[in-house]
Amino acid sequence: MLQINKEGLQTTVQDIGRRGFQKYGVIVSGVMDPYAHRIANVLVGNSETDSTIEITLVGPQLTFLEDCLFSLTGGDLSPLLNGTPIKMWRPILAKKGCKLTFGKPRSGCRTYLAVAGGISVTEVMDSKSTYLRAGIGGFDGRALKKGDVVKSGEVSKYIRTFKEKLAREATDSSFIQVDWTLMTQAIPIYQSEDSVRVTEGRQAKLFDEKSKDVFYNEAFQISSDSDRMGYRLKGPQLTLKEPKELVSEGVAFGSIQVPPDGQPIILMADRQTTGGYPKIGQIASVDLPKVSQLKPGESIRFEKITLEEAQQAMLNERRLIAQLTKSISLKFKEGI
Amino acid sequence: MEITYSPLGDEAIVIEVGNEISKEATNLVRSITKRIEETLIDSIIEVIPAFTTVTVFYEVTAELQYKDIKKIIEKTLVEMQDFTSLEQRTIEIPVCYGGEHGPDLEFVAKHNQLSVEEVVAIHSSGTYEVNMIGFAPGFPFIEGMSEKIAAPRRTTPRLRIPERTVGIAGIQTGVYPIETPGGWQLIGRTPIDLFLPMEKIPSLLQAGDRIIFKPISEEEYAEWEGTTHAAD
Repeated sequence: MLQINKEGLQTTVQDIGRRGFQKYGVIVSGVMDPYAHRIANVLVGNSETDSTIEITLVGPQLTFLEDCLFSLTGGDLSPLLNGTPIKMWRPILAKKGCKLTFGKPRSGCRTYLAVAGGISVTEVMDSKSTYLRAGIGGFDGRALKKGDVVKSGEVSKYIRTFKEKLAREATDSSFIQVDWTLMTQAIPIYQSEDSVRVTEGRQAKLFDEKSKDVFYNEAFQISSDSDRMGYRLKGPQLTLKEPKELVSEGVAFGSIQVPPDGQPIILMADRQTTGGYPKIGQIASVDLPKVSQLKPGESIRFEKITLEEAQQAMLNERRLIAQLTKSISLKFKEGI
Repeated sequence: MEITYSPLGDEAIVIEVGNEISKEATNLVRSITKRIEETLIDSIIEVIPAFTTVTVFYEVTAELQYKDIKKIIEKTLVEMQDFTSLEQRTIEIPVCYGGEHGPDLEFVAKHNQLSVEEVVAIHSSGTYEVNMIGFAPGFPFIEGMSEKIAAPRRTTPRLRIPERTVGIAGIQTGVYPIETPGGWQLIGRTPIDLFLPMEKIPSLLQAGDRIIFKPISEEEYAEWEGTTHAAD
């Protein structure tokens, strides 16, 4: 159980999204950085698909109302526990009364807070994700605000034992961080000007040669007009060979569409279900976290890969997560 | 109609039945959607039927990648026989036209050199069909409005349009299920919900439905508001 003392910029409860309802026009929502979300859950013994709290750029201030095993992953917003800097990407036991706060963003812009047992909120359409515009899901269909008390779910027996062991270790302090973390290659580095992998968009052939060329060779800047729905980019103008009106069709997380002004938009977690602008490319699923962690003003580059490569990368990531899950659960069992 | 396939990134495949909005395309999209949902439950995550396309999201595994799902879909669609006998529901949507619920009704009338009563009569006597659901939860793209009451979008969109408002944009008419910003000309409001987040099927309308708009009075509107509506 934790209490929000001060709301951050946008602090919401999310899971991997509302799936199966897009045919009714219901958006998927869910976390912006699926990898960080999954790992945060794994680090506290949750299922990968449990809900976490997504924290954006300016973190909230909160108090743990009971002993709580938690983890922070994703963007580094300088987290502090009772004023002491704490480490990310590992389980931490905070004792009752501990205060979690955040400082300046150091890298990335979205942090995931997972608590053992997951966030306990009612599912709407099979998901705990917050759908802000429709005011449903998550915590009362809205972002968390001052005074909210957020409950966590049931904790498994072996996590309870692990928590008790940690609590005994920390008799003299208000919290304890374990001394292990993930292998280096499992912790992403978020940086501006990074290149993200892209497969060819469904309407890529409608663009003129010069546009296709600059798309893969020049940097695009994230505009301040970017949010959970979409990232608007500023860069060289992208134009079609000839003007064309398209019939609206399904879109996906990471679709890069180009409206008539020639400035691309990357569709993100809160995108609409369909769109009518031509799509020049599609971000490879495994690289979506890189995009989600970019802040307005930072830049992005695109690198073309084949569909086979993108799907292979997905499978490799799946294997990595399965491997991490296995070794972390061993750590829980052997204690600290 | 010829069916073509192409990927939408690494998690979806698009089945395309043409590139123009038509009744045939809508029916084929409905049939394909139904067929895929009935036969491929284990491999797919969800589908997005649109005007001329069905986008299928699938769970990528070592055994199921783009080429594999394409083969499976081709096979199941070849075996699909009858796609004309889909049932069509008729759903009545009561609308309180004009007044505070339809602030642009007079503009639409003036624009078309009609009286307000004539606009209401034309709008409520049309035969409408839902081509697809999209843009917002439960939002129907509706075909069949008379060009006699067509009206351009507002030059400055409104920041907030109340949920359940009925509008006109060009030759299209529609109903906003949730509060959204928008540039449509607002002609009335229905007391019934189109977005039903707590129901198993959260949208009152589905592609293929026939719609009838029925004029109701302010009193009827007030009485009806907040009650649920059953489709026949």
